[in-house]
Amino acid sequence: MPAAPLHAPFRAPVMGRLFVGAWALLLAAGPAQAAGAASAAAWPWWVWPLALFLVCFLMGIVAVPAGIGGGTLFVPIVGSFFPFHLDFVRGAGLLVALASALAAAPVLLRGGMASLRLAMPLALLASASSMGGALLGLAMPAHVVQVLLGVLVLGIVLLMAVSRQSEVPIVERPDALSRALALHGVFVDRASGRSIHWQVHRTVPGLLVFLGIGVLAGLFGIGAGWANVPALNLLMGAPLKVAAGSSGLVLSLVDSSAAWVYLNRGAVLPVIAVPSVVGMMLGARIGARLLGVLKGAVIRRMVIGLLLFAGLRALLKGLGVWP
Amino acid sequence: MSTPGRPARGDAQSQPVEQLRYARWLDLGARTGLVVLVLSFLAYAAGLGQPQVPVERLPALWSLPVAEFLQASGMASGWGWLRQLGHSDVVGLAGIALLAGCSLPCLLVLVPLYARRGDRAFVVLCLAQAGVLLLAASGLLSVGH
Repeated sequence: MPAAPLHAPFRAPVMGRLFVGAWALLLAAGPAQAAGAASAAAWPWWVWPLALFLVCFLMGIVAVPAGIGGGTLFVPIVGSFFPFHLDFVRGAGLLVALASALAAAPVLLRGGMASLRLAMPLALLASASSMGGALLGLAMPAHVVQVLLGVLVLGIVLLMAVSRQSEVPIVERPDALSRALALHGVFVDRASGRSIHWQVHRTVPGLLVFLGIGVLAGLFGIGAGWANVPALNLLMGAPLKVAAGSSGLVLSLVDSSAAWVYLNRGAVLPVIAVPSVVGMMLGARIGARLLGVLKGAVIRRMVIGLLLFAGLRALLKGLGVWP
Repeated sequence: MSTPGRPARGDAQSQPVEQLRYARWLDLGARTGLVVLVLSFLAYAAGLGQPQVPVERLPALWSLPVAEFLQASGMASGWGWLRQLGHSDVVGLAGIALLAGCSLPCLLVLVPLYARRGDRAFVVLCLAQAGVLLLAASGLLSVGH
């Protein structure tokens, strides 16, 4: 059953309060985390999963209107403001991104917003390289991963701030590999009612980019929708909606491979992963309801600000400047 | 040049047959995994069953690197958690394994479809992707911290 839209008078105050709440939670968690494990351990155990659930719920709400995956917010924020070791945060981050992608993929496939043919070759390379990334991440010292994470998140902030997307890119002529694999399709744009025939080009560069995206996804346990969508849309020429939908399908396979590596290494703790997954998915449902009524640009700016703060925090924490 | 599968009949079902089959299996697997994950966690949080690691000890342990955590908690790595499934905190890993593994059957059910159509490239892609997932799940890839 479709969710009823929220009434307009409640939107802005609710969103404002939610965002203030998220910041308050993070600022409350920050000092305890910074004081070290001993201080964090003095709190009852259930405080942290509960705080994690609430923060993930809020992240889920803002992630959808901001047009990014919740997994992108999860690792830098939880890794910087909660007392869990980064190994477990990355394991949970992969689960958050995986659960979200798995929940959305069937709907996107049935509606034609995701293309199985387009996703398969890209996912194969990215999932193979994600295992390498996961192994690399678990072998590196945590402070090095933290520094690299900070740099990556600041890079994502830059990408979000400057990137432009193309609704339906013009692909004059598909390349030989794209033709051989029949990477084309049709989707009906419900907004305009048009049937859009699409095809892609630059398949080989696209495959190479996804190879690198897989390494980042495994290394940081971070959802890679922020990289998948521009690669599919701007590089390969897939329509924006097909790019976003197929990105979710690619993520479901990439994160599965990396999640197995973390699971086998013992780096997935249900007490961290489950409140995160459930909170994020419930929040995303609210976020989807708010999608039609909120100003996406405003939410996007708020999320860019939050990511900027979390990226700087991760960088400074890794460098030992802000432990 | 190979061609995508014929669209299935029906209004919303105007997508290729293999895409709809993949979606159906994925939906089933993901729902099952999520239900197991949430129910097992609720049972754990409610104190039902004996955990491998008492919840009160967790705040002192979850800030440790994974190798030290395993040593201090006695939790198993690899598929060793299957031997500890009697513990309430380990059951959640079954839900996580279901989520991480639910793409595998989706890929395998596509192989006969593509094979019947003579779409050899996608038979190879499905099998290769399944192989990657199996390799990841096998635990053969392991490095020290």
